[in-house]
Amino acid sequence: MTTTVRVPSTVADPVPSGPVRRRRQRPIGGVVGSTALWIYACAALIPLLLMVANSFRTTPSLYSDPLGLPWPLKLDSYRKAWTEGHFGEYFTNSLMVTVGAVALSTVVSTMAAYALARCRSRFFTILESVFISGLMLPIHLAILPIFYLLDGFGLVDSRLGLMLVYAASGVPFSIFVLTTFFRQLPPELEEAARIDGANSWQMFLRIMVPMVRPAVATVVVFRFVPIWNDFLFPLVLLRSREKYTVPVGLTTFFGEFSTDWSSLFAGLVIATVPLIVLFLVATKQIVAGLTAGLSK
Amino acid sequence: MSRRSGFLFVAPALLLFGIFVLYPMASALSYAFFAWQGTTRGGFVGLENFVALFTQEPFTTQLPRAFGHNIAFFVGTMLIQNTLGLGIAVLLHKRARTRRMLQTLYAMPYLVSPIVIGYLWTLLLSPTFGPVNALLRKVGLDSLALPWLGDPSTALWVVVLVSAWQWVGFPVLLYGAALGGVPEELSEAARVDGASHWQTFRSIVFPLLVPAIGTVSILTFIFAMEAFALPYALGGSTGSPAGATDFISLLFYRTAFENGSTNAIGISSAIAALLFLVIFGGAVVATRVLRRHQDRVAA
Repeated sequence: MTTTVRVPSTVADPVPSGPVRRRRQRPIGGVVGSTALWIYACAALIPLLLMVANSFRTTPSLYSDPLGLPWPLKLDSYRKAWTEGHFGEYFTNSLMVTVGAVALSTVVSTMAAYALARCRSRFFTILESVFISGLMLPIHLAILPIFYLLDGFGLVDSRLGLMLVYAASGVPFSIFVLTTFFRQLPPELEEAARIDGANSWQMFLRIMVPMVRPAVATVVVFRFVPIWNDFLFPLVLLRSREKYTVPVGLTTFFGEFSTDWSSLFAGLVIATVPLIVLFLVATKQIVAGLTAGLSK
Repeated sequence: MSRRSGFLFVAPALLLFGIFVLYPMASALSYAFFAWQGTTRGGFVGLENFVALFTQEPFTTQLPRAFGHNIAFFVGTMLIQNTLGLGIAVLLHKRARTRRMLQTLYAMPYLVSPIVIGYLWTLLLSPTFGPVNALLRKVGLDSLALPWLGDPSTALWVVVLVSAWQWVGFPVLLYGAALGGVPEELSEAARVDGASHWQTFRSIVFPLLVPAIGTVSILTFIFAMEAFALPYALGGSTGSPAGATDFISLLFYRTAFENGSTNAIGISSAIAALLFLVIFGGAVVATRVLRRHQDRVAA
């Protein structure tokens, strides 16, 4: 569900081109429009803020006053979710699987994208369209063959198996973004290096990879989110609780702690924190990557 | 770069992609044409699994119902999420200073996992302690403080609204990019000729947005047909209450993994194949219609 849908989210606002206009343009809708936009921003955020606020309260106070404020802060819910609710394990598993999958798919895709951008032949053109066609494939529909494939390798109920599936499913998007970037780099760079006696591999590592760092950052961020959030694959491919990732862990948790509301909110916050951290850390890189892609 | 070293660079990605994506995708279709005994593949049965979907219970009732919900989900998302998204993008267009900030705020909910969003709304809409109904009661709208997710007549629309709420930032971003590509001179010329904002939008900007609207519609269609995690969190794998939030993907999941039938794999693969056909067919038809429209505009 994720790959195809998220692709165009790399499309940012085009940077205004040409000389900056002096005359300030009046926005459509004026003050009423601005108010509407900010009201909608509140509508987008309040449910998420409620999630955080309610996680710092206690279940009895949630019951007696559903609209109350989270003061004084109570951390019991987090302690309970993290230990009794096994979120400590789920969190570590999710982190291992997601980081491993993103790293693997980024490394192999960067290599492949370099070759696809630089080799001009029918074979590589066809290969590229095969990879890109993967953007359109609803991979979740292949869950049964994937299950039996992993079963054949002894990788059902294994974090490694899940990681490999995610790494593979990220290849089309990563290649799509990275190939575009490699194509924008002037071939003169490599010619100079070749005269200095560098081979393909040295050229790739020392010259090309540092040049596409912003694109790599974009790929890492945009692949991290859907993998961290994915639900169907771990639901089907993992059996034992100590291997669960956060989304599947949540379903078990919601079954077992269904009346401990504040812990439920805490579980939801734990599931979301890495995405918020990623977003705060990487916003700058994402924007840099996007504008670099649009300036050509 | 030589062809040989080029191939060495591509090989790891091709291997990974071939084994874990291409091969399973290709065999997924073939699974539907065989009879299965548990996990062992039996003989080739042609279209028998597909026939079973349209002649055997529970599929004769559940398949059309679930498909109807997918369609309702698509239509509802188009009407609410994408219309609202277009409106917001238009309002944001000339607000250079606050645009980036607001776009980021609107994007926050769709970074969060659909499963988290689903569970969050089951809590927020809870009839016992949910802040939504508490708020409605506080402002005197007691008659609206209903068990929204517990009532079969409203549950599907809760799914649609929650999803629209989560994803609205996405069309805002796409339409924003498309609006940035509309030449300023065109709308300025229209305004000089005395056209109102609305007239300019309808006759100048909107036709130029059609390709973007088409793209958003196709992506929404694929998204709506694949809906799984959000309805799972809101209504469980059976689409409760009373199947009111059942979707094709949930039916597929139940048939494949929760149903004791010996031919579970054959039947569920037939569901997956049908769904694939709908998604792929829908996307192809939509792309063709869109291209024809663009040719007409260009001519």
